Amino acid sequence: MRPLHPVSPSLRTVLGIAFFVLFVAFWAWITLGGHVNRIFLADPLSMLRDGWRLLVEDRFWLDILITIWRVFGGFVLASVVAVPLGIAMGAWKPVEAFLEPFVSFARYLPASAFIPLLILWAGIGELEKLLVIFVGSVFQVILIIAVKVGSTRRDLVEAAYTLGSTNNGIVRRVIMPANAPEIAETLRLVLGWAWTYVIVAELIGSSSGIGYMIINSQSRLATGQIIFGIIVIGLIGLLSDFAFKAFNRWLFPWSLA
Amino acid sequence: MSKLLIEGVARTFAGVRGGEPVRALMPVDLVVAANDFITILGPSGCGKSTLLRIVAGLEAPSEGRVLLDGKAVTRPGPDRGMVFQSYTLFPWLTVAENIAFGLRERGMAEEERDGIVASYVDLVGLKGFENHWPKQLSGGMQQRTAIARALANDPEILLLDEPFGALDNQTRGLMQELLLGIWERRKKTVLFVTHDIEEAIFMASRVIVMTARPGRIKSDVAIDLPHPRHYTLKTSPEFSALKARLTEDIRVEAMRTAEVH
Repeated sequence: MRPLHPVSPSLRTVLGIAFFVLFVAFWAWITLGGHVNRIFLADPLSMLRDGWRLLVEDRFWLDILITIWRVFGGFVLASVVAVPLGIAMGAWKPVEAFLEPFVSFARYLPASAFIPLLILWAGIGELEKLLVIFVGSVFQVILIIAVKVGSTRRDLVEAAYTLGSTNNGIVRRVIMPANAPEIAETLRLVLGWAWTYVIVAELIGSSSGIGYMIINSQSRLATGQIIFGIIVIGLIGLLSDFAFKAFNRWLFPWSLA
Repeated sequence: MSKLLIEGVARTFAGVRGGEPVRALMPVDLVVAANDFITILGPSGCGKSTLLRIVAGLEAPSEGRVLLDGKAVTRPGPDRGMVFQSYTLFPWLTVAENIAFGLRERGMAEEERDGIVASYVDLVGLKGFENHWPKQLSGGMQQRTAIARALANDPEILLLDEPFGALDNQTRGLMQELLLGIWERRKKTVLFVTHDIEEAIFMASRVIVMTARPGRIKSDVAIDLPHPRHYTLKTSPEFSALKARLTEDIRVEAMRTAEVH
């Protein structure tokens, strides 16, 4: 194969699907063929059967909705705080000097370790779930946005000054629009992290949501349900990512992305 | 009367890691008359861009001062329009919105802006491209938009820092004619930095030749070629004589630069 040589779109699709097929085939072979104990790993067919039963009889779609709401709520909460702070840090160096050391420290604090504390503070209700997502992503996002804003093209800033922009005008009409696509792209990543944190939050001290269903299924050794739950998360994550990407492309037609 | 006064402007950069400070620009004195087209010609690294950036207010001089219409320059402002060598159109704005940028920063109403923008779109020959994004334009078109953007603000002086340096030779020639044509029709004070001798002569009413780093003014040559200038001028005997003289001047400096590095 020639290195770096592009692959045709149709072959790309075929290859992409082929791996899924191989993966499921391998899974079916080790489970249906009796190579692993059914207690530990359900086969694809019983996974689908369990999933169907979950949706129809156990009203699992309610859990899905509540998890989506938590992801969305936590995402919005983190974005609303992180975007202005990140822009402020990137644009004004004293603000950066003031906040950067703390934020750099705080981003290494593991969100999952905060769960016991957050439960003490906020109980096991919705707020606690949102806060886990918030703690897990807000510091990272602040730093990423601050770095991006800090590397705004200087020549664009200089051009704006020679056209009469004030300091305030530079921030609002150069720095913000120049970095908007990258900020939106960062937020797309955050949505992915939010999906990880919400499940962690739901595994502990929860009575609803996809994570709750998963931990509940563990005690009943219902591995089919667990796998179904995991696949649902993956599918929703994939869909929301596609939607986000399309939205960004529509929002920023001038950007190369 | 003089429009721009450059009085003993010099620039020294602090030494890197405790090293000796680097002198980029020796004290420069220059008087620019209103509606003069001055080209500043010098080898690369001679500090000609630094001088222009000081006039723009983007850099502060270590010594001396710049006066525009008698007022000291302390920071960048809309009275000194600038066109950069790099493509500095705002990528999130269309051609028309880019040209309107300065007017909008001034708080001008949209209806009023539209008329001005349309006239400058016309002036630089970009009719039909008003709603294009910068990434859809060729380099020459981007620089034409940048010139229109700077002119739309109606600055007292237009500063150009090797604006055609990144363009291919043919486009560069056309851009020179375009800019000169605009200047011939709508008199404007222009300071144009370049390292291209032909470009410097063709555009200018006065060529300022700078020495190798640390730069200072080596010679000040009046170009009395008649206007309007046509590209065929470049092959005329008068032009060739000027070119020969400046080539000699600049060659010495370029060799000094080469020896240092």
